[in-house]
Amino acid sequence: MEAATHESGRESAYEPKIVAFCCNWCSYAGADLAGTTRLQYPPNVRIIRVMCSGRVDPAFVLKAFALGADGVIVAGCHPADCHYISGNEKTAIRGDFLNSFLEEAGIESCRFKVEWIAGSEGRKFADTVKKMVSELEKLGPIGQEAPPDE
Amino acid sequence: MTEPAPQDKTVTKDTSAEPDGGRKAPRVGVFVCDCGSNIAGVVDCGKVREAAEKLGDVVVAKENKYTCSDVGQAEIIKAIKEHGIERVVVAACSPRLHEPTFRNCIQQAGLNPYLLHMVNIREQCSWVHGHEKAKATKKALELVKMGVSKAARLEPLEAREVPVEPSSLVVGGGVAGIQAALDLANMGFKVYMVEKEPSIGGKMAMLDKTFPTGDCAICILAPKMVELSRHPNITLLSYSEVEEVKGYIGNFEVKVRKKARYVHEELCVGCGVCADACPVKVDNEFDLGFGQRKAIYVPFPQAVPLRYTIDKEHCIHFKSGKCLLCAKACANNAIDHKMKDEIVNLKVGTIIVATGYETYVPLRKGVYKYWECDNVITGLELERLLNASGPTGGHLVRPSDGKRPEKIAFIQCVGSRNKKIDRNYCSRVCCMYAIKNAQIIMEHEPNTEISVYYNDIRAFGKGFEELYHRVREEYAVEFIRGRPAKLKEDPTTKRITIRAEETLLNMITEREFDLVVLSTGLIPSEGSKSIGKTLGLTTTPDGFFAEAHPKLRPVETALDGVYVAGCAQGPKDIPDSVAQAKAAASSAAAPMFAKKVTIEPLTASVDEDLCVGCGLCVELCPYGAPELVTVEKGGTKARIIEALCHGCGTCAASCPQKAITCKQFTDEQIYSEIFAALGAEDKKGEGRKKAEAGVS
Repeated sequence: MEAATHESGRESAYEPKIVAFCCNWCSYAGADLAGTTRLQYPPNVRIIRVMCSGRVDPAFVLKAFALGADGVIVAGCHPADCHYISGNEKTAIRGDFLNSFLEEAGIESCRFKVEWIAGSEGRKFADTVKKMVSELEKLGPIGQEAPPDE
Repeated sequence: MTEPAPQDKTVTKDTSAEPDGGRKAPRVGVFVCDCGSNIAGVVDCGKVREAAEKLGDVVVAKENKYTCSDVGQAEIIKAIKEHGIERVVVAACSPRLHEPTFRNCIQQAGLNPYLLHMVNIREQCSWVHGHEKAKATKKALELVKMGVSKAARLEPLEAREVPVEPSSLVVGGGVAGIQAALDLANMGFKVYMVEKEPSIGGKMAMLDKTFPTGDCAICILAPKMVELSRHPNITLLSYSEVEEVKGYIGNFEVKVRKKARYVHEELCVGCGVCADACPVKVDNEFDLGFGQRKAIYVPFPQAVPLRYTIDKEHCIHFKSGKCLLCAKACANNAIDHKMKDEIVNLKVGTIIVATGYETYVPLRKGVYKYWECDNVITGLELERLLNASGPTGGHLVRPSDGKRPEKIAFIQCVGSRNKKIDRNYCSRVCCMYAIKNAQIIMEHEPNTEISVYYNDIRAFGKGFEELYHRVREEYAVEFIRGRPAKLKEDPTTKRITIRAEETLLNMITEREFDLVVLSTGLIPSEGSKSIGKTLGLTTTPDGFFAEAHPKLRPVETALDGVYVAGCAQGPKDIPDSVAQAKAAASSAAAPMFAKKVTIEPLTASVDEDLCVGCGLCVELCPYGAPELVTVEKGGTKARIIEALCHGCGTCAASCPQKAITCKQFTDEQIYSEIFAALGAEDKKGEGRKKAEAGVS
């Protein structure tokens, strides 16, 4: 029954799917601002709200890729602007770890981004999504050219 | 819980029997909001509702024109009671806007308020995908699916009620801060006013007259400054800065650095003998470099507190260890060159941020040649030159030769409405202060010729348009529409030629002036940046503080218990600053009158059976919330001190044992959203549950 509601999109056009973890105070507010100012961006992103980007367990990111996400964004407050003092510092460290891990796993670097997006940066949020979508559209689904190892 | 009503054959189905990894499926209700045409104009809400109704766990789905309205809320309450709904999903606007509204609503129906999940299909869907209706509808549907999935896993939480300290911190002693402090103090609350400069008064104290009425700025401000300093409920901490703020609404712990002024405030009587004795003369910042002061000084005669301050940078004693003439001159022994900064710890219930503005500083190599030409000055500098207590005693002179300027030009929108320098906004006061200053000049020297180069004249306030017309008609001030392209200084006469396109005449003209005044715009202050960082306040793209809602919560910030007033929130004139200050004071007073406030129970908790006592959470937490304790069964376990926990979830993300649960954002809840977000394309619906069982 779910299928019926999802058939509306054309199967031929590749629609990359992005999961974005956004902190409540900066990035989610930034995404809201993109909305209130009616900045248009592609509808490929699914935002998961967390209170702090520091809440994002690297396992969430890996799980998203494992389940078929074409790209993942972890967005938090700018360095030194964290609502919880230093949560984003941990995000930065985990981001570095994930970058090297994903590279090992053969996942292109443009598929995972840690971005600092302030509550005032609706434009940056929209641009981040736009950029990732256009890069992913060029790239295609994960492992399209090179079949996965497993 | 309410007994489920007899089954409605179209919209209700019994899902409680469906097992999901041992989880008893709760009954979820979905409410899709049209928001007039805000959402329904793009998203096919009927379709979203239909699809939502077919989702597992969902027993009822409704569509409303305005879910937040009385009717919309009544429908939620009715549905909760009729269908025995246990979890509520509202697909509408941002939770940052209406989460409190709907929590309150479901609470009225007897549900725990934390059993609500909001799906943002307006700010993050209809408003950003306006041209892609089909895709927006599909996205909305998937967002609802994610929301239902999370909602089904929500747990009831108990809000914590905390006492509110009946005291307030006001940061910034300009007119907004002064008004807010006085209002709160008059309501009976203790107020701490922190001002970074040696005197309160802010920018208003520098101004000559105020528009449109022509009141003398300091004459109306000084009595308020004095009232503040003498108010029994107000402690004035001048020459001080907020260094650290901890805690939350009702219970902020504030660390203030009281900078050493090298003069004991309680001994100084402000007589000025010390300044007479001081041999060092430097430019007075208050007069913007036009006047001079001594190294021991008060910035202006009406300063409050009227206590002297030693400018360490210029004082001879701090350079050579000698001099001390001021100390010798002081009859009260108030001067102490060995004074150290002092840290003052305050406990306050609320905070009002009124850190004001600064004026835009023209570019070093800019068109307007502010840095190259003596006779190009800013509007604020003109205020000092017109001010009776200013460096020239109120006589307007050309900085280059001290002569009276006969032809004066004002250039509007300098640092405002200019995309090239990323200052897109209108500063709201420049048109009127230029018009007001033109009037003052013409009153003093009726033979002066004044031209105002403008883009648009924005005379929108009470009495503004009238003043604009008066200045044009009565004083024959000329208004030229056009932005000057080039300024040229005559090397001998120091007169300035302005080349501009006069767009109403469709002509390029060159005119020569004795003095050019740049009507510079307002920009966020350094003080705002610093307190913004300390408190973690968000700003709008112009850099001014963002209010919690632009229309309905204009003085609240995203941070409970912190309010904003005056130009720190955006450029505004004096009446608007005062009005906003009064609003901020009354908003801050509300929780203090109530004496208690409920705060979100979003904290972390530790499952002691899983915890191995590694202590990683203790290391990571910036608040010191987790502690290691020895438990009865033996061994060391982490435990969260709830009062210290802010609920960021960093510990939960790092716990190698997954022993920490972050309430309202549990692993299980977040994974459920990830699964739902990707489930649509992932045709392996079966894999979903398996994988889920593996991680949670």
